[in-house]
Amino acid sequence: MTEEIIIAGFGGQGVLSMGQILCYGGVIEDKEVTFMPSYGPEMRGGTANCIAIVSDEKISSPILTKFDTVIALNQPSLDKFEHTLKPGGLLIYEASTIINPPKRTDIDILPIEASNEAAKMKNIKIMNMIVLGAVLKKKPIISLESAILALQKVLPERYHHLIPLNKEAIEKGMELAEKASVTA
Amino acid sequence: MNEKTMTAEEDLRFEQMLAEESVCTKENIVFDRTDTLIDTNMHYCPGCGHGVAHRLIAEVIDELDIQKDTIGVAPVGCSVLAYNYLNIDMNGAAHGRAAAVATGIKRVLPEKYVFTYQGDGDLAAIGTGETIHACNRGENFLIVFINNGIYGMTGGQMAPTTLPGMKSTTSPEGRDIVTMGSPLKITELIAQLPGTYYVTRTAVNSPVNVRKAKAAIKKSFEYQKLNKGTCLVEIVTNCPSNWKMNPVESNKWLEDNMLPFYPLGDIKKPSN
Amino acid sequence: MKKEFRLMKGNEALAEAAIRAGCDAYFGYPITPQSEVLEYLSGEAAKRTGMVVLQAESEIASINMVYGAAGTGKRVMTSSSSPGMSLMQEGISYIACGELPCLLVNVQRGGPGLGTIQPGQADYLQAVKGGGHGDYKVITLAPSTVQEMVDFVGEGFELAYKYRNPVLILTDGALGQMMEKVLLPELRPRKTEFEPWGSTGKTPDRERNVIYTLSLQPDVMEQWNQRLQAKYRIIEENETRCELIDCEDADYILVAYGLVARICQKAAHIARDKGIKVGVFRPITVYPYPYAELNKIADKVKGFMTVEMNAGQMLEDVRLAVNGKKPIEFYGRQGGMIPSPEDIFHKLEEKIIGELV
Ligand SMILES: Cc1ncc(C[n+]2csc(CCOP(=O)(O)OP(=O)(O)O)c2C)c(N)n1
Ligand code: SF4
Repeated sequence: MTEEIIIAGFGGQGVLSMGQILCYGGVIEDKEVTFMPSYGPEMRGGTANCIAIVSDEKISSPILTKFDTVIALNQPSLDKFEHTLKPGGLLIYEASTIINPPKRTDIDILPIEASNEAAKMKNIKIMNMIVLGAVLKKKPIISLESAILALQKVLPERYHHLIPLNKEAIEKGMELAEKASVTA
Repeated sequence: MNEKTMTAEEDLRFEQMLAEESVCTKENIVFDRTDTLIDTNMHYCPGCGHGVAHRLIAEVIDELDIQKDTIGVAPVGCSVLAYNYLNIDMNGAAHGRAAAVATGIKRVLPEKYVFTYQGDGDLAAIGTGETIHACNRGENFLIVFINNGIYGMTGGQMAPTTLPGMKSTTSPEGRDIVTMGSPLKITELIAQLPGTYYVTRTAVNSPVNVRKAKAAIKKSFEYQKLNKGTCLVEIVTNCPSNWKMNPVESNKWLEDNMLPFYPLGDIKKPSN
Repeated sequence: MKKEFRLMKGNEALAEAAIRAGCDAYFGYPITPQSEVLEYLSGEAAKRTGMVVLQAESEIASINMVYGAAGTGKRVMTSSSSPGMSLMQEGISYIACGELPCLLVNVQRGGPGLGTIQPGQADYLQAVKGGGHGDYKVITLAPSTVQEMVDFVGEGFELAYKYRNPVLILTDGALGQMMEKVLLPELRPRKTEFEPWGSTGKTPDRERNVIYTLSLQPDVMEQWNQRLQAKYRIIEENETRCELIDCEDADYILVAYGLVARICQKAAHIARDKGIKVGVFRPITVYPYPYAELNKIADKVKGFMTVEMNAGQMLEDVRLAVNGKKPIEFYGRQGGMIPSPEDIFHKLEEKIIGELV
C-alpha cells in the first residue's frame, strides 16, 4: 500500500499538522513516511500545503503531481488541486465555505461541513481534525489509536489538555463520513 | 452593487456623482500619500515600523524636491523590497554590504543624495565592518538604521541589538550576555568616529516621535548637501510578528524596554 | 531492543546528529532554508553535551571561527545556504590548505544572487571543483533522504579526520524542510583526546604546532600543493560511493544526485510501467566522483539523461565519465523549481528514447 496525499488550505487552518499526524501515525505503525511542507513567506497568513506519503515500501519521490487523496480546506485549494487527483482517487473538502463544488466525475467526492461542526463543538480550531476523521473513515491509512498517539507528538505539551477534544473531533468526522454519501 | 452590471456610461455617471458629493476635494485634504511613495500594498506585517519609516523618507525627499537626485540602497532584511515602495533610483545590496555599495555610488556621483536603509542584522552584525569603515571615512551619505532588536525576515533570530534576557528563536531562554554578548549600541560607537557628523536616535511609536524622526532625516539630507560627512539616523522600531505581540502591545513593550536601553535624542550634534 | 524511529525535519535531524556525533562547536549565521540547524542547536546542545554554539555576525565570521577552532583539533562544523556558502569560500580554501578537519553543510537554494529560498542544486560546481582560490578539494557527500542527512554527519566527521580535510554535506532546501522517519545514532562523547598537530598550547614534550597557509617560497608552496594532490588521489581511490538502482537490465539511465535522484526513481517506475527499462545512477560522493562506475555502465546501455536543479553542472562530470561512449541528454529546472517525475519521464521519452528507436 502506498498512499499519496496532498492537503491544502489557508495558513492557520492546521494543514501542516494534519499531514504530520498522518506521518507520525505511519511511523507508529512501522510504515515508511515522507512529509513535504510548502515553506517560505507565503506561510505568513497565506496559503499552505503539504504532501504526506505513507507506504509499506521505501518511498521514492517526495515531489509529486498526482495524488491518491486530495484534502482541500478552502476554495482556492479545491480549485488548484482537484485536477491533481488520480482517476478513482478520493477528494475530501471542507464544504461550509465552498461556492463552486468540484466537477470531476471520475473520482470519489466527499464534502464535509467541518467548520459548521467545529462551531457546534465550540472550537473552530478542531475543524481540521473533523476532516481528518472523515479521511480515516474512508481510507484507514492509519488507525484511530495511532492518530491519537500521533497527536501527542504533534501538539505542543501546553495543548495536551485538548487531546480529548481533538479525539472527539476525529470521531465526529468519522461519523459524518459514514453518513455522508460519496458521489462518484 | 454588482460592478459587472454597470455600463461604462453608468460607471462614469456614478463616479461623477460620488465626486460631486464627496468632501474629499482638494481643498479639504489634510493627509495623502506623498509622491515618492509608490501607490501599492506593502508586504510588511500590520503595525510594523518599516512602513512609517519608508513614508518619512519619501516625504522628506518630496519636501526637499530631490527625487531626481536621490539614490537609495536597500539591504537584505524585511526591507529587501524597499525599492518597490520608493519611487527613486535604488540599488539592492548583498546582506550587510549596503554601506560599501553606497560608497561606490557616492564616490562616482558626488553631487547626488545617497542613503542606505538597513536593519540591525544587516548593519550591526554581518555589515559591521562595512558600516564602521564607511563612517570612519566620513562617506557623505545618510544611513537610516532600523533597530527592531530582532531578525525579522528570517523569522525572529537574535540580533546584535536584542536586549539582555530577550527571547528569540536562537536565544530561546533569553539573551545571555555572558555567552552571547551584550546588545551592541552601534550608534553610540559610530558617533565616536571622526567621520560622522550627525548621529541621532529616534523612534516612530508616537506622533511626536514620528515628527522628530522626520526632522532628523531631513536635517541629514541638508547636511549631505553641505558635504558634512556621514549622518546616521537610528529609528527604534517594533517587530510585532517576531516579538509575538499585537501592534499596540509591541509599542508599549518598545516604550517600556527598548527605549530605556536605547534612549532617544542626539548622540552626536553637528559642530556648527 | 526495538529500534526507536523518530519523525524529524531534515535540518533538525542533522542538528541532532551533530550533537550525537560529539561535535564540539558549531558556528553559524541564519539563512533560509537552513536556519533550523542553528535554532535547534541553540536550544539544547549546550545543556546536553557542553558543545559550543555561537551565532556569528556573518558567514565570513562563522567560517573563520571554524578555521580557528578546527586548528585545535576539535570536532567543529558550520552550515549555511547558497549565498552564505559563497561568502565562506575564501575561508574554506584556508581550511583545506591548512589541512584542518571540519564539517560544512550547504542546504542549497536557487540562485544566482539573492535568488529564492526554494531548493536548488546550482552550487554543484562551486562544491566539487573548489569554489575558492587555489587547487583544493572538499570531500562532498550528497544525501537523498533525511536518514542520510543524519548518517552523513557521523561519516563526514570520520572522513574529515581520516584525511585531515574539510567535508561538505551538499543538500537542498527540500531535504532540509521535509520530515521523514529516522533512526538516530547513539550519543558519542565529545572529543577529549588531542590531535598531535592541534594548536592547543605547546607543552614541553612537543614541537610548536602552527596552523598557517602561507609560504613565500614558491618551491615550498609547490611541494605543499603536491602533498595535497597526493592526498586527493588516495581519497579518489578509496572513498568514491554511488548507488545503482535497477541498472542491471536498463536500456536508459537517469543520472541524478540528492533529492532529484529520488524523483528520478519514480520517473523510472513510470517508464517501466510502460515497458521501457530505465535505471537510476546516484552518486553519493560527488567529490570524489564515481567516474569509473558510471563509465562501466555506459557499455551496457543505450543512453543517459542527467537531471539536475540547475542548468547542467554535474552534466560535465557525467560527460567525463561516459567519455563519448553513449549519448547524454540533460534536463534541468532552475531558480527553485523542482522537476516532477512525469516531467522527467516525458523529457526522457522526447530527448533520447525518441531519437534512438
Ligand atoms: C550572506 C547572507 N547570509 C544570510 C542571509 C539571510 N538573511 C536575510 S535577512 C537576515 C536578517 C535581517 O535582519 P535585520 O537586518 O535586523 O532586518 P529586519 O528583517 O529585522 O528588518 C538574514 C540573516 C542572506 N540573505 N545572505
Ligand atoms: S517580520 Fe517584523 S520587521 Fe518584518 S515586516 Fe513583520 S513586523 Fe516588520
